[in-house]
Amino acid sequence: MGLQAYLIVSALLFGIGAFGFMARRNAILMLISIELMLNAVNLSLVAFNAYAPDGSPAGAIFALLVMAVAAAEATVGLALVIAIIRTRKTAEVDQYADLKE
Amino acid sequence: MSTELLIALIPALPLAGFLFAVLAGSRLDRVPSHGHDEHGDNAHADDHGGHAGHGGDGHDSGEIDDSAFRAVPSEEEQALSSPHAGHADDLANSSGADGVIPADLNDGLGQVGHVVEGAPRPSYRSWWVPTALVGIAWAFSMIVFANVVFGGNVYHVSAYEWIISGDFHIEIAFLVDGLTAALLLVVSTVGLLVHVYSIGYMDGDRGLWRFFAYLNLFMFSMLLLILGDNFLMLYVGWEAVGLCSYALIGFWYKKPSAAGAAKKAFVVNRVGDFGFALGIMMIWTLLGTLNFEEVFAGIGGLDPTAVTIIALLLFAGAVGKSAQFPLHVWLPDAMEGPTPVSALIHAATMVNAGVYLVARANPIFAESPVAMWVVAGIGVFTAIFAAAIALTQNDIKKVLAYSTVSQLAYMFFALGIGAWVAAIFHLVSHGFFKGLLFMGSGSVIHGASGEQDMRFMGGLRDRMTWTYRTMVVGALALAGIPLFAGFFSKDEILAESFNRGYYLFYGVGVIVAFMTAFYTFRMIFMTFHGAWRGPRDAWRHVHESAPTMVWPLIILAVPTAVIGLLLGLPPEGGFIHTWLEEVFHTAEEAGAGILSGSIAAGEHHGFELFGIGGLLLLIGASVGVAGIWLAHRWYVRDPEAPGRFVVRFPFGLGPGMYAASLNKYYVDDLYGLVWARGGVLVGNALWWFDAKVIDGAVNGAGWVAQRFGGLLRRAQTGRVENYGLGMAAGLALVLIAYLVMRP
Repeated sequence: MGLQAYLIVSALLFGIGAFGFMARRNAILMLISIELMLNAVNLSLVAFNAYAPDGSPAGAIFALLVMAVAAAEATVGLALVIAIIRTRKTAEVDQYADLKE
Repeated sequence: MSTELLIALIPALPLAGFLFAVLAGSRLDRVPSHGHDEHGDNAHADDHGGHAGHGGDGHDSGEIDDSAFRAVPSEEEQALSSPHAGHADDLANSSGADGVIPADLNDGLGQVGHVVEGAPRPSYRSWWVPTALVGIAWAFSMIVFANVVFGGNVYHVSAYEWIISGDFHIEIAFLVDGLTAALLLVVSTVGLLVHVYSIGYMDGDRGLWRFFAYLNLFMFSMLLLILGDNFLMLYVGWEAVGLCSYALIGFWYKKPSAAGAAKKAFVVNRVGDFGFALGIMMIWTLLGTLNFEEVFAGIGGLDPTAVTIIALLLFAGAVGKSAQFPLHVWLPDAMEGPTPVSALIHAATMVNAGVYLVARANPIFAESPVAMWVVAGIGVFTAIFAAAIALTQNDIKKVLAYSTVSQLAYMFFALGIGAWVAAIFHLVSHGFFKGLLFMGSGSVIHGASGEQDMRFMGGLRDRMTWTYRTMVVGALALAGIPLFAGFFSKDEILAESFNRGYYLFYGVGVIVAFMTAFYTFRMIFMTFHGAWRGPRDAWRHVHESAPTMVWPLIILAVPTAVIGLLLGLPPEGGFIHTWLEEVFHTAEEAGAGILSGSIAAGEHHGFELFGIGGLLLLIGASVGVAGIWLAHRWYVRDPEAPGRFVVRFPFGLGPGMYAASLNKYYVDDLYGLVWARGGVLVGNALWWFDAKVIDGAVNGAGWVAQRFGGLLRRAQTGRVENYGLGMAAGLALVLIAYLVMRP
């Protein structure tokens, strides 16, 4: 077991997130999928940190940074999504194609 | 008053006259606008009735609309009536002679006898101040002239700094030496006499004040040109005389041929002036100064090629201004202007500017044998070329115009072989006698009711005695008959060319002298001898011109008769040589002959009456006499003879040669074809290139961008999941690339 198990879980999580982002039509669910991918990355980061041979905390610090970015992203993203849902009365991203050529 | 002040005042006075005429002239002239009512028809019949007889002869007014010659109407006239209301009636009344201008409308047609006995005379006063100022300038000029020529002084007068910009340093400064004095004599004397002459000639022209304004501006410019002590002032004067020439050729600007001739003169002159400007710029670039003396001091240190280029560029300007081949086409057309203008600008003064330029720049030309060859070659060629055209022209002014081109070419020929003094001598004498001949022709035209075609003249001798006498004096001078001015100056040129060993040039010169004598007296005989060939009505009206026109002729006849004796005796050593020696000193010393090892300097012993010099004089005189004899035989004794000669000419070349000469060797047509049509063709080609290639490239660039954009915008679906897929695909691509590239 060890590091590999963490990485497998992380890859699975990322795959689920990526699939969800591409397959889903609901804007909020797409945001959630993005969170899944971010957290998959976080998981691999902290796993690397735990198994780092020199005990460097870089992985953990990086994970914290990602969390901060993810929080900010979620805030902005949710705000946008709520605003667009309010005007368009729908969360389906298919309906947001006004700027296509 | 010091001489320096006088010199500065000489050009200033005509400038003041110009400003006066422009500002106040139109208010001084009083033109009665309704005085014609009762007299218009009579006057009309008297003055113009005959023209219908040979309508279509070109110059007369048949083709021109009713207001063709109207200058700007005066204020009071404008106030009194709308410009044409009053005149329309006259036109209707006078419809008997088709389309000819009623007497009251022929303003500007100064040459027609428009003064009707009994009619209220218009009063013109605007000539007074300009003429008086030119008269004062003439008096000053003569004082300066005497001081320079007899006192042996050379004056440098510095008026003020004109341009100071870094190294560029130009002064308004005057230089008066022997050469300038020679020009000063001609310009101010002929200028003053032409002013006086114009009072009579232009009388009755509503544009009188405008005429005198231009005339004074011309005097100012010409005096600036000859007095300036640097190339830039010379250039300013040069361009300003060109402008005045344009304005005065097109003085009757409503006449299409005059307006066209003015444009032609201006454009053709620009061609030469462009070269002149380049030459000046080159002098500045290489020497850093434009002052004559500094330039001439530094010219020896320059690369010979550069000197040659400078000399040729300056000569290009001279070719344009002095109407030498191939830029001679403007001068004959310039005869569309009033005759005093032809006499002053296009015979006696402005066209001499080119000769003056080459003579003034003699140290430059002396350094460059190539340039001297070009000057001499163009001179000799143009001399015979223009003389051959003058042989067949029928318009009295055209004969004189081609004669002027030919005589100027004589001067260039003299300059080119290094006979500087002879060239200036000829310039002075030609200025007098050609001015005289032109004014005489104006008097003839005036007396003959505006007729210019010599085929419709004849027998004027009886009615225009003084015009006849003075013109014969001028013609004898032009023909080179001994004791008259032209004889000494022309034979000096011929003798110099012989003595320096240019036998071919000498031979051509002698032939030209013969042709000159022939066409000059052809003109005299056709005009004054025989019987009147024009319409009979016009004959009744033939009269001697007004005293203001005849007196200048008589006064000019005096120098024409004696100036050769005064300046040219003994031949090749006359007073003119001592006078101009200083100016051409260096050029003569530098061995200016274009033949290296010319026999000019060493072996020539000076003039010997019973030697080669006397023989040359005899040849020169006898070709002149022979020309007059032939003209008399052909145009007085046996008028059929020229026709027979043309037919009997060997190899049947006669008619072709006659046509070629009559049509000016088709040079104008050739230029029309090459430059006008060619210009249109080139313009069309450039337009096509612009429309198709340049615009094509611009539009093509836009088209390509549009097409690519069209392709790329397909990617812009507006669907978030597509973009997400794109990102994922990109990520995958990066991943795969990483895995593949990994060492």
